[in-house]
Amino acid sequence: MAEKLKVATCSLCGCFGCHMSFLDIDERILDLIKVVEFDRTPITDIKHISHCDIGIIEGGVANAENVEVLREFRENCDILIALGACAVNGGIPAMRNSFELKECLEEAYIDGVGVHTKMIPTDPEIPMLLNKVHPIHEVVKVDYFLPGCPPSGDAIWTFLTELIEGKPISFPYTQIHYD
Amino acid sequence: MKDSDTFTLDGKTIPFQPGDTIMDAAMRAGEYIPHLCHNPEFAPHGSCRVCVVEVNGRQVSSCTQPASNDLEVKNNSEELVQMRRSILQMLFVEGNHVCPGCEKSGACQLQAVAYYTGMLSPHFTHFFPRRPLDASHPDTVIDFDRCILCELCVRASRDVDGKNVFALDDRGIKTHLVINSPSGKLGDSEFAVTDKAAHVCPVGAILPKHQGYEKPIGERLYDKQPISVVGDVAANEDKE
Repeated sequence: MAEKLKVATCSLCGCFGCHMSFLDIDERILDLIKVVEFDRTPITDIKHISHCDIGIIEGGVANAENVEVLREFRENCDILIALGACAVNGGIPAMRNSFELKECLEEAYIDGVGVHTKMIPTDPEIPMLLNKVHPIHEVVKVDYFLPGCPPSGDAIWTFLTELIEGKPISFPYTQIHYD
Repeated sequence: MKDSDTFTLDGKTIPFQPGDTIMDAAMRAGEYIPHLCHNPEFAPHGSCRVCVVEVNGRQVSSCTQPASNDLEVKNNSEELVQMRRSILQMLFVEGNHVCPGCEKSGACQLQAVAYYTGMLSPHFTHFFPRRPLDASHPDTVIDFDRCILCELCVRASRDVDGKNVFALDDRGIKTHLVINSPSGKLGDSEFAVTDKAAHVCPVGAILPKHQGYEKPIGERLYDKQPISVVGDVAANEDKE
């Protein structure tokens, strides 16, 4: 039997909705793990990725840690996939790009309703926020894009099976949507 | 002499009448040429370039090019589809088109044409422009983030409503929609929700208030079938 493909996934500035949607492939995951093994994912809780055939990125790039993780994925993955609206175009988090970062922090930590200790967090362990949220293709080269907020489990299944079987990627009309 | 005037579109024979553009004849024949700024109720504008076809080897916008006998028109060649996809990608990155947060999603012509051309990524670097929202009117909101400068509201307000509420200002990448009122706000203009201009926006830039999600996501215009089957947003608004 051929060696299993290694797959890693992570969520950058996303809501884990795309990962939840990935799990919506339901029992088909049993077919999937016959041909793939998972490296770094939120399920395996492996902290650093090793060389993988496929890397799947949920979420956009909003802070310094996102940049580091994304670059680590790109260096270690033969194929890198942007999964979902935030990875593809920044998504909802990128709506903060309409404001200055300072305005966003002040709204959340100083001027917001019900804020008691008015202080913008500065702990060095907290990753620095970028001025703007970016889709991942603005930071690294991306091989495939699967839009949707989130893409449906069926769309993810269509994509993964076609990719793994080496077929051209194509979707039924109803599986591609940007919302 | 032939019985009627015809040209070919991707090899199919399309009849046309005197005064028809390629788009007019194609629409009547039920052939879909992707478009955004074109609406058959208004004078052609030819600005979005999505409807560009290849006529006898030259690229022309089908909404403005007069039909004539024996033209060989290419519509769905790989080259044209790729060019349309690039135009759409540029439109997406120039504005702030946050589909998951837009009331128009699912019934948006920009989205539907992008689905039709197989656009999966924005490809280019996003501008993330900062544009104000105008919610000053009691019945209608204008979100400039989503405006694609098709001038349909300009044409509708000028040619049908006789009000001249909208115009495009400035040039090139600075081009933007402006409102003809003392404050520049929609609420201070002569605009009314019953105007034709309130019902022609192909995207979510001019939206009626108080009814955003009356039709749920999943049951919207382009949720089940592509725009080539369903037709334009404006044409469907008339039916509803």
